Amino acid sequence: MNRIINKSQERWLGALAIVLGIILWQAVAIYIVQDPFILPGPADVLSAFVALLGKGTLLQDFAASLLHFAIGLGAALLIGIPIGIAMGWNRRFDAFLDPVIEILRPIPPLAWIPFAIVWFGLTAYSAGFVIFIGAVFPIVINTYSGFRSVPRVFVEAGKMLGCIKNSDLIRYIAFPAALPSVAAGIRIGSGVGWMCLVAAELFGVSKFGLGQKLWFSYNLHQMDSVVVYMILLGLTGLLLDWMFRHFVEGYFLRWRTGEVV
Amino acid sequence: MGSLKIRDLTRSFIREDGSKLVVLDHLSLDVMDKEFVCVLGSSGCGKTTLLRLIAGLDPEREGQIILDGEEMLGPSPKVGFVFQEYSLFPWRTVIDNIAFGLEMRGIGREERYRIAEQYLVLVGLEQFKNSYPSELSGGMRQRVAVARALALDPVLLLMDEPFGALDAQTRNMLQKELLEIWEKTKKTIVFITHSVDEAVFMADRVVVLTPRPGRVCQIFPVDLKRPRDRTSVEFAQVRRQVLDLISQHCSIQ
Repeated sequence: MNRIINKSQERWLGALAIVLGIILWQAVAIYIVQDPFILPGPADVLSAFVALLGKGTLLQDFAASLLHFAIGLGAALLIGIPIGIAMGWNRRFDAFLDPVIEILRPIPPLAWIPFAIVWFGLTAYSAGFVIFIGAVFPIVINTYSGFRSVPRVFVEAGKMLGCIKNSDLIRYIAFPAALPSVAAGIRIGSGVGWMCLVAAELFGVSKFGLGQKLWFSYNLHQMDSVVVYMILLGLTGLLLDWMFRHFVEGYFLRWRTGEVV
Repeated sequence: MGSLKIRDLTRSFIREDGSKLVVLDHLSLDVMDKEFVCVLGSSGCGKTTLLRLIAGLDPEREGQIILDGEEMLGPSPKVGFVFQEYSLFPWRTVIDNIAFGLEMRGIGREERYRIAEQYLVLVGLEQFKNSYPSELSGGMRQRVAVARALALDPVLLLMDEPFGALDAQTRNMLQKELLEIWEKTKKTIVFITHSVDEAVFMADRVVVLTPRPGRVCQIFPVDLKRPRDRTSVEFAQVRRQVLDLISQHCSIQ
């Protein structure tokens, strides 16, 4: 058990599990369930994927989903980060806004769908709004706690070196010090936002979108296509998360290497 | 110039139950220009409070703090501070840490790097210019902290037990280096410590504080020639004198 295994062995083991999973899935689909409506096998899914590629709407679906996601996450960043900073930096603002946030936060993002439609109509913005609700709270809260836990000695060292104004202290000391926490908030927020994507696209805000197509395929009882969209949603979420980690941790958080996180 | 006058400095805190805790009580002290003063006292006697007040980091006070004839009312670029804990900005490289004060002052990139590099050489860490603080040992971090405080060319350098967290060997080395830097730059230094050995090794004068509420108990001039030899008989004598003084006059009865 405790023999040392190296990285490439780990990778092979992971790949093996995926292959075994696919084989098992195929076997269960063919020999046990025997109904592609209840459980389409990997072969059905693959042929559905090829058929969808032939139709040529996949790119548009991707573009539409990414647009909804970008609207939601963009708004969450633009609104969430400043609110988190203000609450983390200013005790009065914290006391003022905290109850409102704590009341709004537990409302599931999907519960906002009716108002998303009423306020924004059947547009990309209403899908974006639902994603925004999912993403904004983790961003606010992580930014806030990052700012609250900026070590006092950094702020005082800054003051002794001529960084006196609040705006300078935030920009040069508190924000960089809180950045790991802010980044964690963005990562969690974008994960939650991505999970809201399907629901956000369910109510027909556009003719395209991975979530929209997933639901559309279900209505046509094309369960193999449903699985294709499920896998695409999962892989895209994974890719977005990987890109974010690669970019942020490789560039902004280089200084954390060697520190215990 | 860097002569410091402290007059009737008093600082008290209000406890949660409403009672008053006097930490410094009418403390007066003069520090001459280019003098190296060590403030010695047991923990809780208000050493750090004193230093924070001089630095202007703590605005709640009574009494006066005058630097070169000017009353100090807040953090000033004329005063540098080296903290007890690691205070380097971990997201900045060594050179950007040292250049931080110059950057705040609006000095251009090339110029501030040129100045920062001089101080980097002064503390002997040229090869770590582009390292991050997390890649440095504790002793190196405090060297960078000294360079960062000096980069703005303050007249007064305040040091709050800067070598307290280091191992004995590193600590002795840094004491020596600090004295060399002091010889070269001739700043006024107020250095807080609870180590008699450290105070006698470094200081022109050792200021011993009383336990809380802190005030000046005794001022002890150290007339030993530098570089001082810790193992010499004279050093041991001075150390014993300071220790006797503390136990006779400046400790809790």
